[in-house]
Amino acid sequence: MRLPDALRLSPRWAPYVFISPFLILFAVFGVFPLGFSMWLAFQSWEPTSGLDAMQYVGLGNFAFALQDEWFWKSLRNTGWLALASGVPQHLVAIPLAVFIHNSFKRLRDAVIGAYFLPYITSTVAIAIMFSSLFSKDFGLVNLALGQTFGIAPVDWLGKAEYIKPAISLIIFWRFVGFNTVLYLAALQTIPKDLYEAATMDGASRLQQFFFITLPSLKPMIYFGVTLSVIGGLQIFEEPFILTGGRGGTDQAGMTSAVYLYRMAFDFNDFGGASAMSWILFGVVAVLTWLTNRAFRPKGG
Amino acid sequence: MTDASDHHRTRRALLASGALAALPLPAAQAFSPAPSTGKTVLTVAAFPLVNEIVEAAIPQWRQKHPDVEIKVVSRQYLDHHTAMTTALSTSVRLPDVMALEVSFVGRFAQGGGLEDLSKPPYDVARFRSRFVPYAYDQAIGRGGAVVAVPTDIGPGTMLYRADILAKAGIDPADLTRSWDSYVDAGIRLKAATGAYLIAHVQEIKDIVIRTGVKPGDGLYFGRDSQVLVDEPRFHRAFELARKVRRHKLDAKVGAWSNEWAEGFRRGQLATELSGAWLVGQLNNWVAPETKGLWRAAQFPEGAFAGYGGTSYAIPRRSDPARKALAWEFIQMMTLDRARQFSAFKTHDAFPALLETHDDPFFDEPLPFLGGQKARLLWRDAARKITATSVHKQNSFADEVVGTELDNVLEHDKDIGRALADARRLLERRAQR
Repeated sequence: MRLPDALRLSPRWAPYVFISPFLILFAVFGVFPLGFSMWLAFQSWEPTSGLDAMQYVGLGNFAFALQDEWFWKSLRNTGWLALASGVPQHLVAIPLAVFIHNSFKRLRDAVIGAYFLPYITSTVAIAIMFSSLFSKDFGLVNLALGQTFGIAPVDWLGKAEYIKPAISLIIFWRFVGFNTVLYLAALQTIPKDLYEAATMDGASRLQQFFFITLPSLKPMIYFGVTLSVIGGLQIFEEPFILTGGRGGTDQAGMTSAVYLYRMAFDFNDFGGASAMSWILFGVVAVLTWLTNRAFRPKGG
Repeated sequence: MTDASDHHRTRRALLASGALAALPLPAAQAFSPAPSTGKTVLTVAAFPLVNEIVEAAIPQWRQKHPDVEIKVVSRQYLDHHTAMTTALSTSVRLPDVMALEVSFVGRFAQGGGLEDLSKPPYDVARFRSRFVPYAYDQAIGRGGAVVAVPTDIGPGTMLYRADILAKAGIDPADLTRSWDSYVDAGIRLKAATGAYLIAHVQEIKDIVIRTGVKPGDGLYFGRDSQVLVDEPRFHRAFELARKVRRHKLDAKVGAWSNEWAEGFRRGQLATELSGAWLVGQLNNWVAPETKGLWRAAQFPEGAFAGYGGTSYAIPRRSDPARKALAWEFIQMMTLDRARQFSAFKTHDAFPALLETHDDPFFDEPLPFLGGQKARLLWRDAARKITATSVHKQNSFADEVVGTELDNVLEHDKDIGRALADARRLLERRAQR
């Protein structure tokens, strides 16, 4: 049976119809919230009064955000966590990838899988598990430290000075496997003859690492660091759950993402929260651009 | 930070409110009659365990309205309030009745999203004298609008371990005479038994800052949004907290943490300042093995404070055709003695309805408290709690003041400077 011509899709429109499911979903869940938060950033709004309660305040929310001590504090926290969890990820992932690449043959996939597992595990489950590991009196971490080094129980998630290290450790643990997989993939693309030639020329393993492996990994380092920068500045779930959604003592674990969530949903200031989220977007964009400048292959 | 806000948070999840009872209500007739074609569905949005209390009332509702179905939409405590905020802000999928925990009542009363029940045809003011005063008053918004009707409350109480006190030779009256005598008793208690006076000093701060609020003022902000954090009550609270910490009398554990529960089980915590509902929690799961060892008392120095509670509200933009039914439903839940009682008995929801308070049930001894008739104590406390007006920056102020106290306790920050810093932060927000 042939469809009547009126129901047939003209070749001109067919591509648009076929990609429309994605576009519609993207418009609803991507473009609309973006636009709405941009709109909100210029409004003062008591949300429970309804949409018509918005009042245009110009750049007032942005001015407020930039003068808000807690916003700057949250940015500093975010920077601290991004660096402390991000830099070690790469410093460990690169040598680890080289080690796995050279040392494992048959077990390789299983080893990679083990390292990758934290990445695909639910963040919430991880955070809950770690909050019990870090428990002051009944946690495994303090038990181990106490029995091995005789250290008195540390209030990991209660004391301001320990919250950030505890959170960065978890983020590091979660993403080091992901980065290792990235670098392993890149390692496989380095031609073997480079190493063979270097061996013939008498280069040591260390020299080969620094003069062949690292330069060849640079494009992947650029990619990995960019992801870490973007991810690091958006850290939310781990500190949110570990500090009970409040940011912890002295807001030591309050990242910008946690703060702007609290601004909106705890402090009822959707306008201020939207302005902050756009400022945060600006920071991410600038840092990504700087990463690009630092790592982009020359002439690329 | 731990403390009352944490208490509230979890309590909301644990406690529920309710009370049902169908009253034949002349007021309902002031509305245009609900359309009788087809089956009407009345949607009630609630959180655990309020949902159970509402569900328990359905058979009674059916007897009066066989053609009106009650649909209970239940979400977890925080999800529920976020969903209610979203529903009010967009006017989409609004329930006909929403249950709200007391801290959200104050917050939602700031906006215009909830029906003003003081106006006709509701005229809720005629019922005012039937409720525990503070429970009614806390739903009054800035312009005098009454946005919710209370169903259950959480009168604050001090619980103490009679056995630990006896071991240290301390007279329970020392705990309540004054805050200073409370702390002194704590020092002797610690020396004699090793037990901590309290789980966290923030709990003391939360009560002391509630003492001596001037009429019309809020906790942190005055009538015209002026910041009040350097009033003497804040200095007093901070000094007291510092003294407790310096003598190492608090266990530094937040409510509902593992350490907190374990502290009760092992008898390391000698007193606790919380809502009366905590007795049920201790008895049911936190520390059932300590049954009979606890007693209840009022707070030191005649202080009174509320710890949570539940109210019902009607969204302003919900379907007008069902508002009469919604109002009738709320009255059934809040004004009927038998319904309020059933919620008290099954879910430990302390009734906000005063006429339930003369029931012999209040005279019953509580086995968990060694046979003490503590409900009489709480009934008395409930009437003495006063509502403070809620400012839209209240939860931010909670956070700021808690943080500054942490700075004083952990980093020995000067109290005057801590409160001045808090003032500066709050002043920037006050007019937002």
